[in-house]
Amino acid sequence: MAFSNEQIERYSRHIILKEVGAKGQKKLLNSSVLIIGAGGLGAPAAMYLAAAGVGTIGIADADEVDLSNLQRQIIHATKDVGKAKVLSAKETMEEMNPDVKVNTYRTFVASDNIMDLIKDYDFIIDGTDNFPAKFLINDACVMAKKPFSHAGIIRFQGQLMTYVPGEGPCYRCIFRDPPPKDAVPTCKQAGVIGAMGGVIGSLQAMEAIKYILGVGDLLTGYLLTYDALKMEFRKIKLPKEVKDCAVCGENPTITELIDYEQAECDGVL
Amino acid sequence: MADYKIDDYVDITDVVCPVTFVKAKIAIEELETGQILSVHMNGGEPVQNVPRSMKEEGHKVLKLNKNDDGTFDLIVEKGEE
Repeated sequence: MAFSNEQIERYSRHIILKEVGAKGQKKLLNSSVLIIGAGGLGAPAAMYLAAAGVGTIGIADADEVDLSNLQRQIIHATKDVGKAKVLSAKETMEEMNPDVKVNTYRTFVASDNIMDLIKDYDFIIDGTDNFPAKFLINDACVMAKKPFSHAGIIRFQGQLMTYVPGEGPCYRCIFRDPPPKDAVPTCKQAGVIGAMGGVIGSLQAMEAIKYILGVGDLLTGYLLTYDALKMEFRKIKLPKEVKDCAVCGENPTITELIDYEQAECDGVL
Repeated sequence: MADYKIDDYVDITDVVCPVTFVKAKIAIEELETGQILSVHMNGGEPVQNVPRSMKEEGHKVLKLNKNDDGTFDLIVEKGEE
């Protein structure tokens, strides 16, 4: 595949980089990333991946755009209120970059659809706002041997880690089980600074891009936390493997996907 | 130019910085180590920058020929990947 003059110009700041070059840009154009959740994390992740020329981007979300989303979900605009989030996200990405093919899945992930959703993608981004979905994505990616980026944001805090099969612990190795429902703050109680999605979602896009290019070090075996009020990033080293992990350990007890019961409103993304 | 066996040729007279270097870089990435690329460029900014950038990327600048019309031909040998 040869670049058009327009592509040479569009991706010139990538191609100039030694770590990218024409070959790297072609890798991006031939790659596919699935973003689960078109919210606070998914919005910036989707936009940077689309701008970067990731050739196929899948986006999954069942919700419609709500006015209260717009403080942080920058892929949607005021005119999109009431529209399916996946459609609004697709329109924004296609306007940004016609090279990108966007597949929309207007659904929440569950045990009966996630394996099918992730199977054709090179990398998965967890941009969801609740623990049942986060554990489901982890378990599905472990079972399907798919790399993914986990992230979560609340108030002035954010965190992320990257799972690559065989290269480090999974989300369940570290967090074991979803917290009790009443231990989790609800949307109304919690709140989040909009720019937090920008910081952490952009880092997720960066992990996806580095994974596709095969350059640098990923956040495998590390949890990166960000405290905006203290203006502190911490890169926490995690155990290389957790032998008794219920899904990726030596004797996994979780061999089928679980649909955990969800608190009525337990997230803010 | 006759001194070298040219394996590929790219014209960057129709573009400006930084696309000048980008086009040259794309062309040389397609070659194998040791193969030779001829880059046709305008005087001024491209002549100042493209040869230097090619060196920085690890390629070997063999020759820079000035043409009668004010354009230049840069002869570069592809370095190790």
